[in-house]
Amino acid sequence: MSTVTPQVDLTPEQRAALVKKSSSAGRAASIARKKATSPIASGIAVLLAVLWTIPTFGLLLSSIRPEKAIKTTGWWTFFSDPQVTLDNYRTVLSTEGASGLGSFFINSIVITIPAVLIPICLAALAAYAFAWIDFRGRNFLFVLVFALQIVPLQVALLPLLTMYVKAGIGGTFWTLWLSHSAFALPLAIFILHNFMKEIPKELIEAARMDGAGHVKIFFRVMLPLLTPALAAFGIFQFLWVWNDLLVAITFASDNTVLPLTAALANLSGTRGTAWHLLSAGAFISIIVPVAVFISLQRYFVRGLLAGGLKG
Amino acid sequence: MDISTKLLTMLLAILLFVAIVGLMLFIAGWTERRSASFVGYVFLFPSILMVSVGLLYPAVRTIFQSFFDAAGKAFVGLDNYHTIFTSPDDLLVLRNTVLWVVVTPFVATAIGLLYAILVDGARGEAFAKALIFLPMAISMVAASIIWKFVYEFRPDQAGVKQIGLLNQVVVWLGGSPQQWIVNSPWNTFFLIVVMIWIQAGFAMTILSAAIKAIPDDIIEAARLDGVTAIGMFRFVTLPSIRPSLIVVLTTIGIGTLKVFDIVRTMTGGNFNTNVVANEFYTQSFRASNQGLGSALAVLLFVLVMPIVVYNIRQLRASEAR
Repeated sequence: MSTVTPQVDLTPEQRAALVKKSSSAGRAASIARKKATSPIASGIAVLLAVLWTIPTFGLLLSSIRPEKAIKTTGWWTFFSDPQVTLDNYRTVLSTEGASGLGSFFINSIVITIPAVLIPICLAALAAYAFAWIDFRGRNFLFVLVFALQIVPLQVALLPLLTMYVKAGIGGTFWTLWLSHSAFALPLAIFILHNFMKEIPKELIEAARMDGAGHVKIFFRVMLPLLTPALAAFGIFQFLWVWNDLLVAITFASDNTVLPLTAALANLSGTRGTAWHLLSAGAFISIIVPVAVFISLQRYFVRGLLAGGLKG
Repeated sequence: MDISTKLLTMLLAILLFVAIVGLMLFIAGWTERRSASFVGYVFLFPSILMVSVGLLYPAVRTIFQSFFDAAGKAFVGLDNYHTIFTSPDDLLVLRNTVLWVVVTPFVATAIGLLYAILVDGARGEAFAKALIFLPMAISMVAASIIWKFVYEFRPDQAGVKQIGLLNQVVVWLGGSPQQWIVNSPWNTFFLIVVMIWIQAGFAMTILSAAIKAIPDDIIEAARLDGVTAIGMFRFVTLPSIRPSLIVVLTTIGIGTLKVFDIVRTMTGGNFNTNVVANEFYTQSFRASNQGLGSALAVLLFVLVMPIVVYNIRQLRASEAR
């Protein structure tokens, strides 16, 4: 290993540890260096930060302006003529009426929770088997699961849709739960396996000496040690499913099942000028992942570093 | 279905899942006394079943279907692939996809790298990074809506005010407003901006970690040798973060190849902005052309593969050193 740069074959734990270690060292070094940042450099940094923030800010500000004001004047007129209303949010949050997005919000929650829990549990068990149980065909199966990571999910959609319809569950939540779980498994197993391999062999062997079976070791020894890795992957999968559009509109066509992203995409396509609904709706969909990001930033970055190759 | 029914269905699904896992663990614990290796199969069974039925079989099936006609009945050989590489519509789709994949990774990585260097060790670094990083957390649909609003166009008439920021800036500078996402071929670049906006944060996060990992003694040595800031970047920073740069470029490249949400939300693939992933969706699920849809999915697969292989090779090489 030449450097301590993040690489895809490191576990999230290793990566986080490296990032943490090196960042504190780097910070100490840069303080020691007392490097004089030039005004030009600071200027460019501020410019980039403003460019990156202003589009979101404009839409956020619009979401609290009255419909008529949004449609006739730019959001920057807010500063000379501030008009504030919560009507847009009221309309968008209602579960009734054509423009209510409340029920889609519920759908997103109903889709996401099982689609996160199922693959994590199954992957943890599979990763344990790959890491610590000896059985015939283990290497073959592991290579198979590893290789499946590169399959783009587009390749699976058409035949899966046919299968779901044949099985009589077409268009239900089940199709989304099952699809998201299956698509998540190769990466989840790979990440958790790498993590489990790092746990000292002696720990497992000692437990086996004491007569503990694999089931017991999994629950008593592994799970407590695995919590940070599970959290990192869980957050990554949560955002993936919450933000997904393709899988949702492929398998669900009915408003009773479609998630918020699909409802917003429809609204943006059919009523391109309904900015009072689009702005408020977009913010309701953004709030959840941003809250997750802010409260669990440490795990979030870890999950991202680990999951960059998913898809 | 009302809310309580939906929540109950979800609860039921979770309980069913817990029951299945419980049964599995019971079987595993029961067989363990006879054969430890059997537990391995029990632990693996649900995962292998799901990836086989949910990924492996459908992938093989799609490759097979790509040699059949729209209805999936008659064998047509390579006709679907021939269509992709000869019909004007599909050639445009390919051209656009190439544009996306060439422009997005490099620009996003360059901006991410620049920003990572600029804020490195600065006051308020964490906050400055969060600003660039946040677009990563939100959905591409929401990002598209945010940018659609920036690009919003109002006709250039007396009494009509622009509500989109970009056109207002153009008007302030004395220009006339444009339909940014309608006018081809530049509209594709305005869509690409959205992806760059999202991915720069990813590039910045990983490259920033790589920059901080450069050993201090190397930097000190270079400094004592009187290396300039540009020389420092060229001869110290760049070689040190090379493996991370490749990971970032290839990862963004793979994500860009499969870009769907942005095109779908902003233009629906109209105005000459269509890309492979959106055309795949349209052919498969809107135009009911199973054969062509499958061929496009296979094309995506084939395009992603060399990038992934290159990525893995680079990782191996950097480890061997």
